[in-house]
Amino acid sequence: MKVTQGQFSFLPELTQAEIKLQVEYALNSGWAVAIEYTADPHPRNSFWSMWGNPMFDLRDPAGVMMELDSCKAEHPGKYIKILAFDSKKGWESVRMSFMVQRPEFEPGFELVRQDGPGRSMHYTLRSHSTSRSPQPDTAL
Amino acid sequence: MDQVADVKITDMKERYRSGVLKYRQMGYWEPDYEPKDTDVLAVFRISPQDGVDPEEAAAAVAGESSTATWTVVWTDRLTDSEYYRAKAYKVEPVPGQEGQWFAYIAYDLDLFEEGSIANLTASIIGNVFGFKPLKALRLEDMRIPAHYLKTFQGPATGIVVERERLNCFGRPLLGATMKPKLGLSGRNYGRVVYEALKGGLDFTKDDENINSQPFMHWRDRYLYCMEGVNKAMAETGEVKGTYLNVTAATMEDMYERAEFARDLGSCIIMIDLVIGYTAIQSMAKWARKNDMILHLHRAGHGTYTRQKNHGISFRVIAKWMRMAGVDHIHAGTVVGKLEGDPRVISGIYDTCRENHVTKDLSRGLFFDQPWASLKKLMPVASGGIHAGQMHQLLTYLGEDVVLQFGGGTIGHPDGIQAGAIANRVALETMVKARNEGRDIWNEGPQILSEAAKWCRPLRAALDTWKDVTFNYASTDSVDYVPTPTPS
Repeated sequence: MKVTQGQFSFLPELTQAEIKLQVEYALNSGWAVAIEYTADPHPRNSFWSMWGNPMFDLRDPAGVMMELDSCKAEHPGKYIKILAFDSKKGWESVRMSFMVQRPEFEPGFELVRQDGPGRSMHYTLRSHSTSRSPQPDTAL
Repeated sequence: MDQVADVKITDMKERYRSGVLKYRQMGYWEPDYEPKDTDVLAVFRISPQDGVDPEEAAAAVAGESSTATWTVVWTDRLTDSEYYRAKAYKVEPVPGQEGQWFAYIAYDLDLFEEGSIANLTASIIGNVFGFKPLKALRLEDMRIPAHYLKTFQGPATGIVVERERLNCFGRPLLGATMKPKLGLSGRNYGRVVYEALKGGLDFTKDDENINSQPFMHWRDRYLYCMEGVNKAMAETGEVKGTYLNVTAATMEDMYERAEFARDLGSCIIMIDLVIGYTAIQSMAKWARKNDMILHLHRAGHGTYTRQKNHGISFRVIAKWMRMAGVDHIHAGTVVGKLEGDPRVISGIYDTCRENHVTKDLSRGLFFDQPWASLKKLMPVASGGIHAGQMHQLLTYLGEDVVLQFGGGTIGHPDGIQAGAIANRVALETMVKARNEGRDIWNEGPQILSEAAKWCRPLRAALDTWKDVTFNYASTDSVDYVPTPTPS
């Protein structure tokens, strides 16, 4: 399966030059760029590991690209995304988020159903990547 | 009466002699009045009956929407009536529309109950709309002072928190209304939900008239829809939702349905505008309490918002709904099948999303409107839009909007998933191009056909709908004369 979170997951993988253009857009908008990585892309996993703090004082996209290279080198085979934080009043949140690396094999999720009264159902999404032995991606 | 001048009577004995006075004489026309920061302001388009002059008509509107009745009553003298009287303070002819005037009226804050749309509207659009001396009356815009806004909850969730919950940033959200609107069984309906979400949409949506009919009862729909939502989430790793319509005959029924949706794990429910202002506010409070996004379908508004001479402008409805506390509101597409002049729509979108809206007559915004940090209301563009218009949609509507392609997803020649993929690819391609600094307004069609080279579903969508446009003149455009600039 392919995790399709982020702004550009339906497009071909972005090239270095394309990533740089997006970073430039974020910096020109006055946002702070950050890099985060994880092995567990559960949709409710809000807190991926931070590759350092958001780069509040960095205005040159080349600097972000260097950080991205280091993060990739240290975390091959993990999900990596670039985010942009807007500190303006009324936003004070993420304004951009897109993936720039994903593992070759994406283990995906198991949908666990628990029956309830009156045909109701309790659903749980379980990340294969957090189980002891990741399951292969079975067609659902 | 004839010997008394047509102005406010200041001699109290004269003023309160039993009988009938003109509204102007009663004191509802105050051309020298300076509106206070705390006043609620309204601008009406008035079409007085023949022989009624505009100042008297404006005074009558002020009177009938505040303290007046048709005759003098001595009991006014038991009150501080000067204070409670609404004051018409300005009339201006409507440019290019003979027999119509814009009438500006100021209402003191104490005329209204805190946090109640029902109370506000009972005055502003109450008796006055049936008033005989006017041929027609339209509420064009209002200025709600921050003091009054702060007594309202505002959107239960708001754009920022909605995005954080959905884990979706930097692009418009994508949705689709399930079709056919009526007749699908719960199981078949859930299939459409699953296919659209799995294909790449963020949201699917019940239509306004899907409640609990013989072909599909509400519990059945919710159960199958949530199966579809959760299955699509597991297969994409994205947060998905389906607007479960909880509109019903009574509040008790609506709460029951909303609670069931919550217990099944739905992140969003929906209501129709026709349930009424009080029911909307109740559901908004429920939504805030239960971490639920609240979608509002504006069913019914076209009966009173489309005609320029009578009714209520939709920008006023949008304002009331931001105060009432919904999170989504259908607000026009510009390019789709439903009414929408570009400048009017842009004014409505600002009203939903900005923290301060500046007066701009060319966009139908008659007042500066501070929003006092009430949360942002997500506009929804729905009705006759398709992937080939993506550059126009992004340019007109910006990125904080839900783009809903119902027919444009489900009607795709290669199936629902293909339809969803086409829309998602078109969207991501256009956002990426915009961020890269490309001129999407002019290069849009080319940008889309480049993407269609590697995305077959997008190619098929562009081929199917390439010539579909809805070019009709808007009935609700702005009547405004730009200040001439020397050429």
